[in-house]
Amino acid sequence: MKKTGSQILLESLLQEGVDTVFGYPGGTVINIYNDLPDYPIKHILTRHEQAAVHAADGYARATGRVGVAIATSGPGATNTVTGIATAYMDSIPMVVITGQVPTPLIGNDAFQEADIVGITRSITKHSYLVKDVKDLARIIKQAFYIARTGRPGPVLIDLPKDVQIASTKFVYPESVELRGYKPTYSGNVRQVEKAAKMILAARRPVLYVGGGASASDAGQDLIQFAELIQAPVVTTLMGMAAFPSSHPLSLGMLGMHGTYYANMAVTNSDLLVAIGARFDDRVTGRIAAFAPKAKIIHIDIDPTSIKKNVRVDLPIVGELRDVIEKILCKLREEGESVEALPDLTAAWRSQVAAWRAQYPMTYKPSNSVIKPQYVIEKIRELTAEDAIIATEVGQHQMWTAQFFNFSHPRTFLTSGGLGTMGFGLPAALGAQVGCPDRQVIDISGDGSFQMNSQELATLVQYQLPVKIAILNNNFLGMVRQWQQLFFDKRYSQTPLELPIDFVKLAEAYGATGLRANHPDEVEDVIRKALATPGPVLMEFKIDREENVMPMVPAGAAIDEMVLAS
Amino acid sequence: MVSHVAKHTISVMVENEFGVLTRVAGLFSGRGFNIESLSVAPTLDDSISRMTIVTSGDDRILEQITKQLNKLIDTIKVIDFTDTEYVERELALIKVLATDDTRAEILRIVDIFRGNVVDVTARSYTMEITGAPGKIQAVVELLKPIGIQELVRSGPVVLGRGAKGWVG
Repeated sequence: MKKTGSQILLESLLQEGVDTVFGYPGGTVINIYNDLPDYPIKHILTRHEQAAVHAADGYARATGRVGVAIATSGPGATNTVTGIATAYMDSIPMVVITGQVPTPLIGNDAFQEADIVGITRSITKHSYLVKDVKDLARIIKQAFYIARTGRPGPVLIDLPKDVQIASTKFVYPESVELRGYKPTYSGNVRQVEKAAKMILAARRPVLYVGGGASASDAGQDLIQFAELIQAPVVTTLMGMAAFPSSHPLSLGMLGMHGTYYANMAVTNSDLLVAIGARFDDRVTGRIAAFAPKAKIIHIDIDPTSIKKNVRVDLPIVGELRDVIEKILCKLREEGESVEALPDLTAAWRSQVAAWRAQYPMTYKPSNSVIKPQYVIEKIRELTAEDAIIATEVGQHQMWTAQFFNFSHPRTFLTSGGLGTMGFGLPAALGAQVGCPDRQVIDISGDGSFQMNSQELATLVQYQLPVKIAILNNNFLGMVRQWQQLFFDKRYSQTPLELPIDFVKLAEAYGATGLRANHPDEVEDVIRKALATPGPVLMEFKIDREENVMPMVPAGAAIDEMVLAS
Repeated sequence: MVSHVAKHTISVMVENEFGVLTRVAGLFSGRGFNIESLSVAPTLDDSISRMTIVTSGDDRILEQITKQLNKLIDTIKVIDFTDTEYVERELALIKVLATDDTRAEILRIVDIFRGNVVDVTARSYTMEITGAPGKIQAVVELLKPIGIQELVRSGPVVLGRGAKGWVG
């Protein structure tokens, strides 16, 4: 039986196991929306296309499944750009479907036409402009395959209106044939053997865990690895939840706002094993002074990540779990020499413990003004262990990373690579749709929140019980912090002077709004929010000029930290 | 780390599909890599195009270029000819203004470099020259004082020496 392009699209989504899409209708996707009610696919109508993409992203981060977003051509498509770039930088599996003007009009500067394939070329893993309805099923199959395999990423399908209307016989391909795309999953055995030798020879080893460990759900393998060789573990922002911060070997986050002891450990290590991390500049600081005494083993599924920023002594391309399991296997074969390892590295762990004791992660508590770190600690204390936390970008994001102590995979949704303000609320929304039984919380700043605050409407419409915690300092706090420290307190354009009544804003949308002005009120507000059904916005009036510390100034080495301001 | 900037010739087999050229070109511009020349045409299998790219950079940049090219979904094979034996040829079409005084000299140069005259008028010769880029450059230098009206170079194409070859 023949089906139209829009029916083929929806049938294919079903074939891929998609039951939820995030989107926004418009002229060139009207056919898809007309057919949508005939399919068992839940559509979440966001209030902005950017939010639809972030929601699909949050859904993917929380569930591990491919997120799907739909937008119309032209402005709808260009509104997806920030969302796509965010997902690309953090390697999130996603398929974005944009409508396009009919093929005869492409290139004519037609109404609501934008060359979205061209615009997104450098921020997608791959993209397609579908010119013939006969190619559509194959392209969708390929798009999902590309999005979720290898190093995951967003794939864009631009679907002209006439292709949606045209019809053909629907046959969903059973397999994917892409001769140019064959990710390496299996780690090279010789490289693994070399890695085992280097690990046995190391006396000051550190495991450096990145977002790849989150993407490949390698947490259990990492714990086994770290415990076998008794090596301290540092994580990036993206790798945080992959290795439990409650684990005695965890040193928390490294880099610009990392812990003192994580940065000291990396700087003084003699072997750094990078696992699904990419040596981002926020991690390395001054690159010439990064882990200067260490040999570096770099395990990653993406060969382009290896030797991009730093010298690497031993590259291993492969899927993390495969490679770690092989290394563990090889080490266990070594018997006595691996059993002797914890003793040989005991002095190193004592040194690391001394650094930790010297400058633990801490802040100055207050009885008179709300400290943001206190709010975060309280949220952690009062939520279930497996609560999913999304953040926006800025100071609140770093405080969350420093003080939430994540311990469960896929519970920390944050824009690490692109650093997208306005990501958290829609991401939390998407995560809540994907995980209806979990507690989802967006920790936000007053600046970031206003970049996608319209999504309160979506939360209320679908009665998604996301709790929002705005740490309100009436500043664009992170930029203000830089201005304070490096620009002589010239607070150019960072005070957000207009005192927004966020409680009223929440109420205007039909959500519950709560406010804490004083430290005594913090716990009550959080308890009340968690006990209230549906979406709740909590506003915390925090210490206006609290800083994120420690901090590595731009251009400094990561052991040259400013510890307090 | 010693960084030695050198010229490199890379062949890239790609799916002969819409937008592939912009993906490759965009990769170079987006990551700040140089393209000195690029030529592209279908192979025996017309679903595959072969690009020959001349680029420059140190070893680290070249490694990134080949890795990034391989990462493109449409890239089927990347061959870096650095440190290998290969045959390199470029075609140039050169239009030279000819006067009674220079006609014989122009033809002599064409002859020495085994070129062919492919178009002739009372005032000009257009010739084709093939060879390694150095040879083309030599012809150009010789003809410059005589008066080059127009010049087009194809950019080099290369194949590895020996019996081995890449079959799609």
